[in-house]
Amino acid sequence: MLEINGQTIAFFVFSVFILGGALGVVTSHNLIHSALYLILSLFGVAGFFVLLSAPFLAAVQVLVYIGAIAILIIFSVMLTRSMTALRQVRNQQWWLALPVVVLLFALLAVGVILPVWGAEGLIGSEPVSDIVATTADLGVALVDGNQYVLPFEVASVLLTAAMIGAIVVARDDE
Amino acid sequence: METQCIDIVNTLAACLVAGGADPNLANFLSILMGVVLVATLPLVTVILLIWVERKVAARIQDRIGPNRVGPYGLLQPVADALKMLTKEDITPAGADRFIYNLAPIIAFAMIILMWAVIPFSPVHVGADLSIGILYFIALGSIGTVKVMVGGWSSNNKYALLGAFRTIALLLSYEVPLILALLVPVLMTGTMSLQDITFAQGGMWFIVTAPLAALIFLIANQAETGRAPFDLIEAESELIAGYNIEYSGFKFGMFMAGEFLHVFTVAVLFSVLFLGGWWGPGVEQAPALGFIYLGAKTALVYLALLWVRNTLPRFRVDQVMALNWKVMVPGAIAVLLAQALALRVIDALGLTPVRGGFVESLPQTVILLGVNLVLVFLFLNQVRRQGRRQRAADLAVVGETRPVVSVPAGD
Repeated sequence: MLEINGQTIAFFVFSVFILGGALGVVTSHNLIHSALYLILSLFGVAGFFVLLSAPFLAAVQVLVYIGAIAILIIFSVMLTRSMTALRQVRNQQWWLALPVVVLLFALLAVGVILPVWGAEGLIGSEPVSDIVATTADLGVALVDGNQYVLPFEVASVLLTAAMIGAIVVARDDE
Repeated sequence: METQCIDIVNTLAACLVAGGADPNLANFLSILMGVVLVATLPLVTVILLIWVERKVAARIQDRIGPNRVGPYGLLQPVADALKMLTKEDITPAGADRFIYNLAPIIAFAMIILMWAVIPFSPVHVGADLSIGILYFIALGSIGTVKVMVGGWSSNNKYALLGAFRTIALLLSYEVPLILALLVPVLMTGTMSLQDITFAQGGMWFIVTAPLAALIFLIANQAETGRAPFDLIEAESELIAGYNIEYSGFKFGMFMAGEFLHVFTVAVLFSVLFLGGWWGPGVEQAPALGFIYLGAKTALVYLALLWVRNTLPRFRVDQVMALNWKVMVPGAIAVLLAQALALRVIDALGLTPVRGGFVESLPQTVILLGVNLVLVFLFLNQVRRQGRRQRAADLAVVGETRPVVSVPAGD
């Protein structure tokens, strides 16, 4: 059954971070607080990556999601001071969001949890895959012709285009 | 356990086991001691750093500096800390209390956490993460959170303005910083700080990648908010920036965090470009690494103080122009040139395998040459731009006839 050791405790702590943070994001009346809860939640995800022996992804999670995306969100919230004391917790579209969320959860449960947990109970303690990938493997996979070089290049082109677009938009009309 | 007990400093756990202790307990004790040491060292250092900072600044400005409390004023930081503790702890009206108190903690914790991955000697390293450099960058990016949160929660428009400015500065200079950090990664094929240090056994990276080292240093001077990039403080314009409302010990934590950040950057620079703990006899007595790393760090730290105290502050638009028009393209050019040169060296079969000094000489010469060519191209570009600017200025002078006449030519 469940073995209580450091990893299990860390798993539960990070789970509390993620779920509690997520709950805080949607229930908080202050958008800045929401953004900070979001950081907590994302930090918990980074902790999960560490537990899964994927330190590279953990660092990237912190760098991209906390260092860039969360900062961007806080930045935009800070510029809208009136958004900090909201009376209304739900917006007008809650009836639309509800079925979407339920559907998404059902999809995840069927697609991710069921194959692991299975109809015939928990599938042992064996890992789903025995490939241990290092950061170097990830780097090679991104430029290997047989693996992910096409998505990698497409993403690069997309980002370059977005950057050029930003520069063009920000330029003065000379 | 494969490590043998040689002496108590380098192989504590193995020695405890040899002395009859339980292996698990011995391991735990050795790790616990490491954690306590790594967490305490920066805290103790920062007290001294404040004295060093004030003394060096005073000498550069032809003053004496603190000299009343204790011998050479050495106890001045203690007096300062006591003063700070006794100040009233103010929380401004309308401040977001929880976040307001959280910001200084984030500020200080983020710096302390950086020390976890620093290799002090061949065997002493807190955690030899395979992603050491990325870990450092990730923690640096959390630094923006502290500024944002501290500036916003103070409920003060100067603090908010200061925070905006600081964030713009921090985010912009992160780009050349990361690009410069990629060069040592490129040369070693690893992001572990310990492996990068081992790779510098033949030649320090400041010789083989001097431009990357320079960009790293400049970008970090901006990241730490020191002059000439001290827009974060800018007393004359913003009063004190994002931490204006903080008083007492909370302000002390911001200040200590800043001092420690500069020192941490000096340590990292030593590890990445000055060979870290490498020095004569370090392979026989690993504990010597502490001394070598400390000496190199002290030199870099003094250089940073020197820069801080001699250069005037940039204007905010100049800071941005320097970053986006010089540092970022420069860093990309350095990265590409270095990558290309390494590829050529590899094709010629000149890559050092064992990492000796003589063996790495050909590679060093080629890389140094590439860097010098880049410097030449850069200076040439600056010269041409200066000439064009002068010509444009002279044309304007010719039209408007100002009171002060400008001599033709230069």
